[in-house]
Amino acid sequence: MTDASRQLDHMIERVRKGRMNRREFIGRSTALGVSAGLAGALFGKVAMAQEAKKGGTMRLGMYGGESTNSLDPAVAASQVPYQVNMTWGEMLVDTTPDGGLDMRLAEEVSSTPDAMEWKFKIRSGVEFHNGQTLTADDVVATLKRHTDEQSQSGALGIVQGIAEMKAEGDMVTLTLKEANADLPFLMTDYHLMIQPGGGVDNPTAGIGAGPYVIEVNEPGVRHTFKKFANYFDSSIGHVDEIEMLVINDNTARTAALQSGQVHIMNRVDPKVAELLAGVPGVTISSVPGRGHYVFIMHCDKAPFDNNDMRMALKLAINRQEMVEKILGGLGSIGNDFPINAAYPLFDASIPQRTFDPAMAAEHYKKSGHDGSPIVLRVAPGAFPGAVDAANLFAASANGAGIPLSVQLEPDDGYWSNVWNVEPFCASYWGGRPVQDQMYSTAYSSTADWNDTKFKNARFDELLLAARGELDQDKRKAEYSEMALLVRDEGGVILPMFNDFVCGVSDKVAGWYDDPNGDMMAGRAQVRCWMA
Amino acid sequence: MLDGLKGPPVHPVLKLLVQRLALGLLLLLAVSAVIFLGVEALPGDTAQAILGQSATPQALENLRNQLGLNEPALTRYFAWLGGVLTGDLGISLTNGSDIATAIGQRLGNTLFLAGCAAAIAVPLAILLGLVAARYAGRWPDKVISGATLTTISLPEFVAAYFVIYLLTQVIPIFQPVAMVFPGMSFWAKLNAIALPVIVLVLVVLAHMMRMTRAAILNVMQSAYIETAELKGLSPMTMIWRHAFPNAIAPVVSVVMLNLAYLVVGVVVVEVVFSYNALGQYLVDHVTKRDLPVVQAVGLIFAAVYILLNMLADIIGILANPRLRHPK
Repeated sequence: MTDASRQLDHMIERVRKGRMNRREFIGRSTALGVSAGLAGALFGKVAMAQEAKKGGTMRLGMYGGESTNSLDPAVAASQVPYQVNMTWGEMLVDTTPDGGLDMRLAEEVSSTPDAMEWKFKIRSGVEFHNGQTLTADDVVATLKRHTDEQSQSGALGIVQGIAEMKAEGDMVTLTLKEANADLPFLMTDYHLMIQPGGGVDNPTAGIGAGPYVIEVNEPGVRHTFKKFANYFDSSIGHVDEIEMLVINDNTARTAALQSGQVHIMNRVDPKVAELLAGVPGVTISSVPGRGHYVFIMHCDKAPFDNNDMRMALKLAINRQEMVEKILGGLGSIGNDFPINAAYPLFDASIPQRTFDPAMAAEHYKKSGHDGSPIVLRVAPGAFPGAVDAANLFAASANGAGIPLSVQLEPDDGYWSNVWNVEPFCASYWGGRPVQDQMYSTAYSSTADWNDTKFKNARFDELLLAARGELDQDKRKAEYSEMALLVRDEGGVILPMFNDFVCGVSDKVAGWYDDPNGDMMAGRAQVRCWMA
Repeated sequence: MLDGLKGPPVHPVLKLLVQRLALGLLLLLAVSAVIFLGVEALPGDTAQAILGQSATPQALENLRNQLGLNEPALTRYFAWLGGVLTGDLGISLTNGSDIATAIGQRLGNTLFLAGCAAAIAVPLAILLGLVAARYAGRWPDKVISGATLTTISLPEFVAAYFVIYLLTQVIPIFQPVAMVFPGMSFWAKLNAIALPVIVLVLVVLAHMMRMTRAAILNVMQSAYIETAELKGLSPMTMIWRHAFPNAIAPVVSVVMLNLAYLVVGVVVVEVVFSYNALGQYLVDHVTKRDLPVVQAVGLIFAAVYILLNMLADIIGILANPRLRHPK
């Protein structure tokens, strides 16, 4: 055994005991000649395998909560409701960090070879917080509620593809309208929390089968939880109590982490990430994921109903500059479609769009726009650095002769009054586990959250075809064509994919990187423990 | 026989008080009308704002009927006013919660913060003002004036970030997030709001201090102060016993203005410290066009403002013998 490997073993032992944090481990491993990527992966493995300590109170300082939030999982849209629902709720299946399926309330999933009929075997003996036992009927009732337009569910586009739902014994059978090879992944959508009786009587009751019971629910202020004694999975849900504080102010949130008032914070401002990483007792976790920052144009409203105008704006944005200045290098450049290498079946051969003011000017001229200001609405909370990004965009567009002007909007109310309402604004997407789900959620003509109003018959046709296609090569070609349609005709300007950047106190152990979403895909409070 | 209708002679001060009170109520009524009109004049439609872009015409019509938006404005105003008088502030449009309940807790938090800040700021400002007047033009005066003018010149959020940095990072004795909840002990609450209190004290100190100093210096020119001086009283006794009582009226009116600010104007401080009080609640709902909430909070803020100004007037009258005994 060499000295280096002995040292590495010793370090792994310390990680296992929760005595060494991620930053220290990676720093020392790379000093021994291990690559940073490998060291990160190794840390994740070891950390996951370490013995979890039970008990204590974990406090989260969160961006993304408003006083108008509701506990109805159907309407969850921002980070805090997402995280809250992930704490009291449980889905049929979840996604693992490496892109596999994690069986939650379903024990087994199987399908007919044509991917038209899917069977979910429901776990037996699972209890809801109100004492009721989970049945297949609850699952069907939940899915049915989301199909009702009245429920305003963000998962409507997903459940609409189901023709028939049946509950027999412990088996739920879903017959689809069109074949879908990705159906289990669609069921990992965070709106689809299984509620007793489907939550029809009281969708905002906050009663589910998740690891924690809601104690206090003060939207926009705080949410507190107590461990649910009868939770079915003893391998997660370690702390006794969870407190989520809504701290929308960046400085206050950062200070709260530094001073130990909270143990984990989301949305670290990239501008201070490096500084925060130097604070003793705090580790920064930067996870490349599928999330991206966007400027969205409504394809059906003037002047964005003109593809030359859309193209002019897409060419007038300096992507490299955005990644460097807005993300502080913690991310990668985008190509105006919402898919990157983190997705299966990604086509890397699609040419990268670059900053080209001359071409942009040409397209702008061709669009015949009358020269009136093109208003881009933005709020500081649209994404971290959104206002700066919008100003950079306006500067580069003005350089190309496009009269882009930025209008600042207040943070509170942005998601209900500006996003999906105004024709041109800044926004973000958290990404989805598979391409089909990302496209069905936000780009299919009928999607509720089609926030670019992109309606393209060929695209819809391809989406359906790819969904049921079991030949992976054909499927990849179809996704590639869809990507090109969105890239060249869509209303989304996608300059960058962001890393999820969280700050984690050394008092917390068990953290691992999950590309599926911010804060370990909403599960940090459930899967980590107090060291 | 007209004399028989007369009651016992009314004390002029009592009469004045009743007059002021009636005037205040009348003013409040006028303010309620102005608030209602202002909210009415906002562009856009409440039903549309609630339902968003996906609203169908039928749904809009249903909601308008349900909210009574199709009634004439006058009818709605009196319905609202009637509700307010009976303690019913209506239902929040955005999340359907009872406004009175929601406001109750947050108003408590607002008053708690304002009260704590005032309990420190008012005596401190007056004391500093007295000291500054005693040593007018000399170094204690210059130090006090310089320091307080510096703190009032800082925007609140800068002062807030500064104290967060100083007192949670450099000397970690307080918490940056100042949320208070029912069930916390009184001391825990005090500890939680320490930083916003410090910021608010810094912000309001200068105004009250300067007014105290100016009012006292003004009185110090009077002949009776000269008499006191000739009697050989010490400068501090002179100020405290003779000058200050005669300078009270202007000081009180500035103190009341600052108290009103502490209650209605501290939304920036609330946001920076994530303090769950009325200002943030109001701003949240303004952006959502939750009009019943905006009206209710607006009315409460107006009432606080009117009440405190009325109090300043009354104290001013009571403190002034010439107003107390009108000829």
